[in-house]
Amino acid sequence: MSTTRAQTRPTETGRTRNRPTRNRPALSRPALLWPVGAAVLLLSIATATTIGPSGLGPSDAFAVTVAKLGGPESGLSRIAESIIWDLRLPRAVLAAVCGAGLALCGVVLQSLLRNPLADPFVLGVSSGASTGAVTIVVLGVGAGSVGLASGAFLGALLAFGLVLVLGMAAGGTTERVILAGVAATQLFSALTSFIVFVAADAEQTRGVLFWLLGSLSNATWREVVVVGACVLVGILVCLLTAGGLDAFMFGEDSAASLGVSVLRLRIVLLVVTALVTAVIVSTSGAIGFVGLVLPHAARAIVGTRHGLLVPTATLMGAIFLVWVDTAARVVIAPQELPVGVATALVGVPAFVVILMRRARR
Amino acid sequence: MTGELHADRVSWSAGGRVVVDDVDLVAAPGATIGLLGPNGSGKSSLLRLLAGLRPTSSGVVRLGDEDVARMSRRSVARRLALVDQERSVDTEPSVADVVGLGRLPHRPPWAPASPRDVEVVRRCAVTTRTEHLLHRRYSTLSGGERQRVQIARALAQEPTELLLDEPTNHLDVRHQLELLALVAAAETTTVMALHDLNLAARHCDQLVLLQHGRVRAAGPPAAVVTRDLVAEVFDVDALVTVEHGTPHVRFLGAR
Repeated sequence: MSTTRAQTRPTETGRTRNRPTRNRPALSRPALLWPVGAAVLLLSIATATTIGPSGLGPSDAFAVTVAKLGGPESGLSRIAESIIWDLRLPRAVLAAVCGAGLALCGVVLQSLLRNPLADPFVLGVSSGASTGAVTIVVLGVGAGSVGLASGAFLGALLAFGLVLVLGMAAGGTTERVILAGVAATQLFSALTSFIVFVAADAEQTRGVLFWLLGSLSNATWREVVVVGACVLVGILVCLLTAGGLDAFMFGEDSAASLGVSVLRLRIVLLVVTALVTAVIVSTSGAIGFVGLVLPHAARAIVGTRHGLLVPTATLMGAIFLVWVDTAARVVIAPQELPVGVATALVGVPAFVVILMRRARR
Repeated sequence: MTGELHADRVSWSAGGRVVVDDVDLVAAPGATIGLLGPNGSGKSSLLRLLAGLRPTSSGVVRLGDEDVARMSRRSVARRLALVDQERSVDTEPSVADVVGLGRLPHRPPWAPASPRDVEVVRRCAVTTRTEHLLHRRYSTLSGGERQRVQIARALAQEPTELLLDEPTNHLDVRHQLELLALVAAAETTTVMALHDLNLAARHCDQLVLLQHGRVRAAGPPAAVVTRDLVAEVFDVDALVTVEHGTPHVRFLGAR
């Protein structure tokens, strides 16, 4: 089975040998990947903005978007305009950039740490963010979601700093970094529980819990811009270092013998992924499984070379989270499912499949 | 194009233990040098030092006229290739992807493979008889196939110096002979760690026998593979005959 699958997977070399085109999935051609993926993503976001209880259709969403971007008036009520422009559209776009960022971080960390089960939260970033957010909520510092986000961001950076210091002090190898991440995760989870247990009232606990489970319901254009900018920078850095990421296939010594400055590249990529994760977690909580599962799905389609894998995984992550968040909005309406719960419900079966496939080897 | 590889009184310690101890090694351009020695004698560590992957505790490794420690990783990788014993992957790359890794030092990290990269990969696959495997998944290959693929990857770096750590491990007899003939035929300066004394004696110009990280003997095969040295270093009784200047060992048993 693996042989047949391998033969349908194209390679540069395969192309020069004039293998029949029918064996080649169209998406693995880089020239098609970006436009097709971007079109699907735009269509997904457009569709997501029309789904919901207010009876607004695709043409309404289109009219509002055109009007907001300087076109003619949409002719809809201000409430209808607001639902689309202030609620659904920023939420769908935020879902897309968060999904892209989480998948990107998953790709990088799985390659860099040589661990297929690594995800963006392996560096302790999300539990640090939780501690920061909970501290803000309980202490009542800052104003609303902004205070919570900055607390979460600070907590995330603190946790990552701790992981880096611990990991480097212990020798700086990948296993040490992972172990330091485990230690930091445990520490900050304990701190979070402690603060909630000692200080929070029922109302605060509910708020914290909703945020911990992951939610895009506070999406505004401000968040879209901040997260989007970070994710774009992250994508750019990864595309520029794609060859270096490839070189980690057989570990650090192999990467070094292929000309990679291992320590420098690792620090750059760890810092970038930590920042991207911290920004995402601080706006939308810890949305699990996107960063774990989507990189594997992307590898199954385009293979392991990062020049192709990075764009594929980010596009898939974006599309995936737009749809899962839309489902989370409507599936138990008028209640809303935390999106982290929804991604886990979809992600766990996918994770099991990955485990089974590895076990069969 | 060939190059000289020179270790000048190189030492390396790890965890308070001296693993490589004051080793001198000169590989003349185009020569094939075999590193011999029991497990733990420092063969793999010496290869890592030669590749510049570890900083020496003392001594200098020179690649041509340059100190390896002062060269950028990239410029080392453009002329020196290492095949170590790491052969497992966590993902599912194709064999062509693995061989293609050898082209990374020759282009910027953001650039896709050029037509020349593709051509070099194909040529190296032909040389190592792995062309028919290029579309397979690396994880489905046998140990011997993986080894040949790793050598193809190393050759794709177009090295002038080639370092091999136990390249004949996992290979059946025919593939061992084929591989060593291939290495001997390559124009590279080659240093390889080998377990099989007879294969080493037949395929290397010079041998270096290591014991506890030190050079116990060095020189042409007939001077290194002798009854006394084999007995002393490997702690086995052996009969050594010499045919056409090439020594041949028959092991009689542990001492």
